[in-house]
Amino acid sequence: MNQNDPNDLNAPVPFMQELLDNPFLLLFLGVMIPMVVYSLWGVIDILTIPVAK
Amino acid sequence: MSTTYRTCPRSGLQFEAQAERLMLVNAVAAVVFLLVGGILAVGVVLTRWPAVHWLSADAFYMVLTAHGIDMLIFWIIFFEMAVLYFCSSTLLRCRIATPRMAWLGFALMLIGAVTNNVAVFRGSSSVMMTSYVPMMAEPAFYLGLILFAVGALIGCFVFLGTLVVAKREKTYQGSVPLVTFGAITATIIAVFTIVSGAIILIPTFLMSVGIIKEVDPLVYRTIWWAFGHSSQQINVAAHISIWYAIAAICFGAKPMSERVSRGAFLLYILFLQLASAHHLLADPGMSTEWKVVNTSYFMYFAVLASMIHGLTIPGAIEVAQREKGYTKGLFEWLRKAPWGNPVFSGMFISLIGFGFLGGISGVMMGTEQLNMLIHNTIYVPGHFHATVVVGTTLSFMALTYFLIPVLFKREMINPGLAKLQPYLFGLSMYFFCLVMMGAGTLGVSRRHWDMAMGGSPLAYEFPGAAYLMMGLVGIAGIAAILGGAIYIYITVGSLLWGKKLDAGVESSATIPLPKTPMPVSATIQGHGSAGFAAPGTFALALVFLVSFVLYYFINWKYLSQVWGLS
Repeated sequence: MNQNDPNDLNAPVPFMQELLDNPFLLLFLGVMIPMVVYSLWGVIDILTIPVAK
Repeated sequence: MSTTYRTCPRSGLQFEAQAERLMLVNAVAAVVFLLVGGILAVGVVLTRWPAVHWLSADAFYMVLTAHGIDMLIFWIIFFEMAVLYFCSSTLLRCRIATPRMAWLGFALMLIGAVTNNVAVFRGSSSVMMTSYVPMMAEPAFYLGLILFAVGALIGCFVFLGTLVVAKREKTYQGSVPLVTFGAITATIIAVFTIVSGAIILIPTFLMSVGIIKEVDPLVYRTIWWAFGHSSQQINVAAHISIWYAIAAICFGAKPMSERVSRGAFLLYILFLQLASAHHLLADPGMSTEWKVVNTSYFMYFAVLASMIHGLTIPGAIEVAQREKGYTKGLFEWLRKAPWGNPVFSGMFISLIGFGFLGGISGVMMGTEQLNMLIHNTIYVPGHFHATVVVGTTLSFMALTYFLIPVLFKREMINPGLAKLQPYLFGLSMYFFCLVMMGAGTLGVSRRHWDMAMGGSPLAYEFPGAAYLMMGLVGIAGIAAILGGAIYIYITVGSLLWGKKLDAGVESSATIPLPKTPMPVSATIQGHGSAGFAAPGTFALALVFLVSFVLYYFINWKYLSQVWGLS
């Protein structure tokens, strides 16, 4: 069994290919990362602006 | 549910009956909104042309609002729905999942788009595409957008469901084709985009009907841009998928490295949406850390991905051309490319313009310090016309020329005019974007009806060059509109008057890909890498990098002169 032989159907699937072949895992990552890094962090920044005295 | 599959005799592609009808109606709806948006563009450019200054202020803002939404949202997303169904059902040779839901999604999109347009044309919703609160539009304006977004979200899940159907019914082996993977990328970005739109537009709709008293303007801007900018990132993923498809259709080209191309799409999935932050680089409420992480770090991963696609697609074409014997010098492969075929010429003009004009200007705008030079100037529309019009719209036009015989089963009318159309539309848009960015660099406002802001206490005396460039925006804009009109004439005319072509064999079950498939279906639906033997493309990439560095340097130099710190 040769892991590098693309024609070997019994070869273990590399991790990256498993990730790329799973659209729902990609969907989770593609929604969660910007939701946290952009949206959530951005809104927290706005909500923690000190109130003027 | 019983269905039929048609095998196109010209391409070997197999169309499931429901999916084909959905592609047709989405593509037709898209072209209708392109027509409306194109007519409105006449009003926009003839008003921004200082010597003409055609429309009154009220009419201009109404027309600009409708033009922005019809072009940036309705034309493009309807067409993208057709692309999603093509990339799932057709490329994976399977039935479409839940066709009734797909029709419901289409109906909601259509009702939403019409509702929104009616609200704008009634004249009390001239709030621009961004519709920043506390400026309020009619409730129907927001309701229309929400209905459209829900319909598009349903379409995205029908696409994902179709992937499940194909996997379960084992209609393909191994991974999905690269073009389908690009469509998955577009769908994922679309889900984030639509969810963000719902998060901010639903409370704004409730505010417009008096149920909610206030929506915080800065929170609105932050979440709206997760919708507004990411919606354009869907386009990027979609039109790059189309570039790969056209390289396969016209040349039988395989990507230089399928792994690298998939990796680049993964970078889009993870990081592309974060570039929305560049719209908020001048907003005082956001922390520097948030701005720097979202733009100056993570955005560059997405830029890297775009540069990979920009290298590997022409590289794949070069490798395919060299295999056919066009090996003389660095550029024989490019000289001998089918420049008279609008499918190829449209795609290549789109690729070069997207990279050189849209890409370089986008990275410049995403740099916090340089952004201060052009923030909210007409440079910004200059940039996004280079990405969305030269990049996305021209790619969609190029793909349409392939689809007229394959999907619509008609012979294209007036092929001589079709040959010219990508050049007229694409090159006039190049010029349009350049002079717009030039005027923006001189400070011309992004949206104001009168660039001189006459009669206002903030009136500003622009140099003559700014007026000249805005005049050239008008002239180039009219030329581009003419190019767009020719596209609509050819597309609609072919559907109405084009000679009917053989539809091909219909069967009640999908026929597996033959062992010696027709070139088009084999290359779009197949796998494999072509290698990196593409010296001409690497030379072009160096020209791109030198242009990039020079333009970056010029802007830093310009910034140092604006702020005389020494």
